[in-house]
Amino acid sequence: MTTTLSGHAIGHAFDGLTVLQGVEFSVESGQTLGVVGPSGCGKSTLLELVCGLQQLQTGGIEVGGRTDSASRLESCAYMPQTDCLLPWFSAIDNAGLALRNQGRTRSEAREQASRLFEQFGLGGFEHARPKELSGGMRQRVAFLRTLLSGKEVLLLDEPFAALDAITRAELQEWLVPVLAEEGRTVVLVTHDVEEALYMGDRVAVMSPRPGRITEVVESPRESGQKRNHAVTTPAFTSLRERIMDLLTSRDPVSM
Amino acid sequence: MKTVGRWLPPLLLIVALFGLWQIAASSGFMAERLNLDDFLVPSPAQIFEVMWQDRDLIAENARVTLVEIVAGFMVAVVTGLVAAALLHLSPLLRRTSYPVIVASQTIPIIVIAPVLVVWFGYGIGPKLAIIALICFFPIAVNTLDGLRSVDRDSVKMMRTLYASRWQIFRRVEIPTALPYAFSGAKIAVAVAVIGAVFGEWAGSEKGLGHLMLQDNAQLMTDRLFAAVFVLSAIAISLFALIGLLERRVLRWR
Repeated sequence: MTTTLSGHAIGHAFDGLTVLQGVEFSVESGQTLGVVGPSGCGKSTLLELVCGLQQLQTGGIEVGGRTDSASRLESCAYMPQTDCLLPWFSAIDNAGLALRNQGRTRSEAREQASRLFEQFGLGGFEHARPKELSGGMRQRVAFLRTLLSGKEVLLLDEPFAALDAITRAELQEWLVPVLAEEGRTVVLVTHDVEEALYMGDRVAVMSPRPGRITEVVESPRESGQKRNHAVTTPAFTSLRERIMDLLTSRDPVSM
Repeated sequence: MKTVGRWLPPLLLIVALFGLWQIAASSGFMAERLNLDDFLVPSPAQIFEVMWQDRDLIAENARVTLVEIVAGFMVAVVTGLVAAALLHLSPLLRRTSYPVIVASQTIPIIVIAPVLVVWFGYGIGPKLAIIALICFFPIAVNTLDGLRSVDRDSVKMMRTLYASRWQIFRRVEIPTALPYAFSGAKIAVAVAVIGAVFGEWAGSEKGLGHLMLQDNAQLMTDRLFAAVFVLSAIAISLFALIGLLERRVLRWR
């Protein structure tokens, strides 16, 4: 089951400080939208607005045809910047949190989660505590937890920001086919242009605060392409340079 | 081996202090300096000797005090944890009653103890009330701080994973607060011992505090110290017991 997601004229302010202004975007069902922008441009706020964790001040957001924040919270799963694994639960119980919250028994949740553990390269670590896992494994458990919610829309907030460059590249390469197979609608927020271009089907570029989407580009990545090849094609590198120019340009777009 | 290494230094320090005390007391140095009769300045050896001689009397009184401490402490644990949970879940209640709880701590226990004895008599009641009263505060305040220190991102994550308020409380907030609650309990159990002595001084027929009063009046300084030693042993044992429980419960740390 997939869904379409769109935002229209979204504005948001904290204590009189405008964070977002006139944000417009849309994601086709089953597609991944990468969102890049400078620090403090309101990327994380945008995600929290989309999934209904914060009340919308102006504009509208539609998820699968529904606009109120309660139904958005129902259909969106949010993966915060930090992995947020609960240290008192084992890896598998962390992964199955959404199932437990929905009233499934512990053994039911474990059974369902364990089927994906092997596939996610976590086999044998079901009962490890989060602190016993490497950074990359923790992130995979956190992603598995998000996926097992069964929600149609996944909102990923800089999921790999805390990882070293090698692990990050490995996980990016691992996640692209997983997302393609799952067919979920994904918004991936990142400050890493390469990550957004490689992971996303399209990439939205945000301006500095007050954040708005200044440009949306198609990713030049072809399906099934290895990361090493994908990020070195001339189309990819020139697009990356153009987005970098957009992000570093000193004159913010005035409204 | 690890346990031995951990307990050896404090044990050596205690032995060394007792050794110095023994020398200072048995040589007559302390009594001379304090200008007192020798029997008023007992050495550790004399204290332990009296402790052994009067072991039945001391044990009986220690049992009374131990029951008071454990029961009063348990009352404080239950009420402290419940109060922390209620104050956490209701901002209105927190705003209204937090100042009252803080104010309750400014009442000197030494003043309130005789009043409680007048109200509740010479039995265990006033001791429980006094111990519970002074143990309540560290437990409730620490636990409340723990509940409020919860990671906000984890709560957001839980909210998008279908969690109800109760599920967030049970799966995120309570485990976050547990280490804080244990810290509070450790502080509380140490002051509980003092509370028991105050309670017994205000009016009692039994207990180590009662025994101390009697020994003091009869100038039985050696047995007074024996009672103090036993009281310290109770405090240290209870503290260690909570530490043990903490390590068992907080396995993830």
